[in-house]
Amino acid sequence: MDTIRQLRFVWKPLVFTISLLPFLLVVGDLYGITGQLGANPIEEIQDRFGNWGLRFMLVALAVTPLRRLSGWNWLQRFRRMLGLFAFFYVLLHFLVWLFLDRELLNQLLSGGAGALPQQTSVWGLIVEDIVERPFITIGFAALLILTALAATSTTGVRRRLGRRWQQLHNGVYVAAILGVWHYWWQVKLDASDPLIYAIALSMLLGYRAWHRWAPAFRAQHST
Amino acid sequence: MQAAAATGSVLAAGNAVAAVIPGERRATLDGVVPSEYSTDETPNSYMDVTTYNNFYEFGVRKQDPYRNSQDFEPRPWSVEVSGNAEVTGTFALEDFVKPHTLEERIYRLRCVEAWSMVIPWVGIPLADIIKRFRPLSSAKYVRFETLHDPNMMPGQRSRSLRWPYVEGLTIEEATNPLTILAVGVYGEVLPNQNGAPLRLVVPWKYGFKSIKSIVKIEFSERRPASSWEQAAPHEYGFYANVNPEVSHPRWSQARERRIGSDQGTGLSALLSAPRQPTLMFNGYAEHVAHLYDGLDLRKNY
Repeated sequence: MDTIRQLRFVWKPLVFTISLLPFLLVVGDLYGITGQLGANPIEEIQDRFGNWGLRFMLVALAVTPLRRLSGWNWLQRFRRMLGLFAFFYVLLHFLVWLFLDRELLNQLLSGGAGALPQQTSVWGLIVEDIVERPFITIGFAALLILTALAATSTTGVRRRLGRRWQQLHNGVYVAAILGVWHYWWQVKLDASDPLIYAIALSMLLGYRAWHRWAPAFRAQHST
Repeated sequence: MQAAAATGSVLAAGNAVAAVIPGERRATLDGVVPSEYSTDETPNSYMDVTTYNNFYEFGVRKQDPYRNSQDFEPRPWSVEVSGNAEVTGTFALEDFVKPHTLEERIYRLRCVEAWSMVIPWVGIPLADIIKRFRPLSSAKYVRFETLHDPNMMPGQRSRSLRWPYVEGLTIEEATNPLTILAVGVYGEVLPNQNGAPLRLVVPWKYGFKSIKSIVKIEFSERRPASSWEQAAPHEYGFYANVNPEVSHPRWSQARERRIGSDQGTGLSALLSAPRQPTLMFNGYAEHVAHLYDGLDLRKNY
C-alpha cells in the first residue's frame, strides 16, 4: 500500500476509533456493560464529555508544535479529525447540560407540562444560567466559536475563504483559553485538574508565540 | 476545664437503653428505635450513600472518600468537650454515647451542589448530649472540629481547605430536635467515608454543615468561622440553610436533582431523575423556621 492509501484506510480509521472510545465507554457504562456511572449519572457523563473536549482541543493544538519539532509532516493529516473530535465532545457536554441537566428533554417529552413551578419556563432557567453564571457564559462562548470552526472545516470552504480561513481558525486559541477558564471557574475549590490543562495550554500557546516572534527578535538584535 | 474522671457520674446517669457502637466495620447497631422525624420517602441505596460522598479529607472527587478511606481507623476515638459549659473534658467515644438511645432518622440530605438523597441515619439527638454538659448562658454557639490527621486522611495533605475542618451552629440550632450526631447508617456503624465514627446531621442545612469525624465540640460565646466560609465567604455563609430563593453563584438553588443509581440503565437512568423544586429549609420549615424569625435570610445565607 502506498502512503496515501495507508493513511486513508489504516491510520485515519484507527485514530477515529480510538477517539471514539471515550464516547463508547459512556454508552457502555450507561448500560452497565463496561462499568457504572454512579449515583449521579448526568453529572458524570457531563464531566467526562467536558474533559474529553478539553483534551482533544489540547491534542489538536499539539499537532503543529510536534510536527515542527519532529519533522513528521504526516501529523498534519490528523489535525482536522482531532479538532472535530474536540468539537464533538464539547457539543455532547453542552447537550447533556441543556437536555438533561437543565431538563429540556423532560420538558419536551411531557409537552411542557412537567413539574416546573408556575411562571418559570425551562428556557428562562437556561437563559438565566448562561447570562448570570459567568463560567457558563464563557463555556457557551467557546462552544459558539468551535461551532463556527467545525462548520468551516471542509476543504471546499477552506479553499473558498482563502486567507480569511486562517484568521477565523485562529479563534481556536480563544476557544481553548475560554474552555480551560470555564473549567477552572467551575471547580469549587481544588483547581489541580484545571491547572494541568492550563499548563499544557500555556506551553502550546507559548511555543507558538516563541516560534512566531523569536526569529524576528533575533534578526532585530543581530543587525 | 474539669477532669474527665469527675464527669464519670454525669455520663453514667442516663436512659435505660445504653448506646453501644461496635468497632467492626458494617456491624449492626442494636436497640435502634424509630423516630417521628423520619421521612417516609424511599432512602437511597446503601451503595449510593456510601460511594458518592463529599468528604474532602479523603479527596475532592465523589468516589475519593470511598476509595481513600478504607485504611482509616476510627478507633480508639475520643471527643474533647470544652468552652462555656459546666462539664468539660475528653471522653472516650464509648462513654460519650453510652447514656443515650440510638434513633433511626431518615432524612433528606440536600447538597449545596443542587443534588439530594434520602439517608437512613442512626444517631442521637444532639440536644440530649448537650444537656449532659450543662452549657452556660454565655454559650451562644457550638463549634465542631474534624480530626486532623494527614497520615490517615490523605486529602489533608493538599491545601484544598484550611484543616482541620470546622463547622458551627447556634445553640438553638444545635439543640433543635432535628439535629443529631450520627453514629450509623442503614442500621450499621457509620462507614469511614460517611464520617466515622461520629458526625453531625443538620437536615435543613446544606450538607457541608454536617461535619464528619468529630473530635472537638466547643461551647462558645462567639460565632465560629466555618471552613467553607473562610474558603469562599461570598459563596458559603454561616447559616447555609437550604433556601430555593437564595441562589448560589454557581448553582441556582430553585430546583434539585434527587439522585440515585438504581433508576435503571440506558436513557431511563438519565431521564428518571428530573429535578424537583427545592423546599424551604429542605422541607423542615415547620420545625426550624422559627429559629430565623426576623433574620434576613438573603444577607444571612
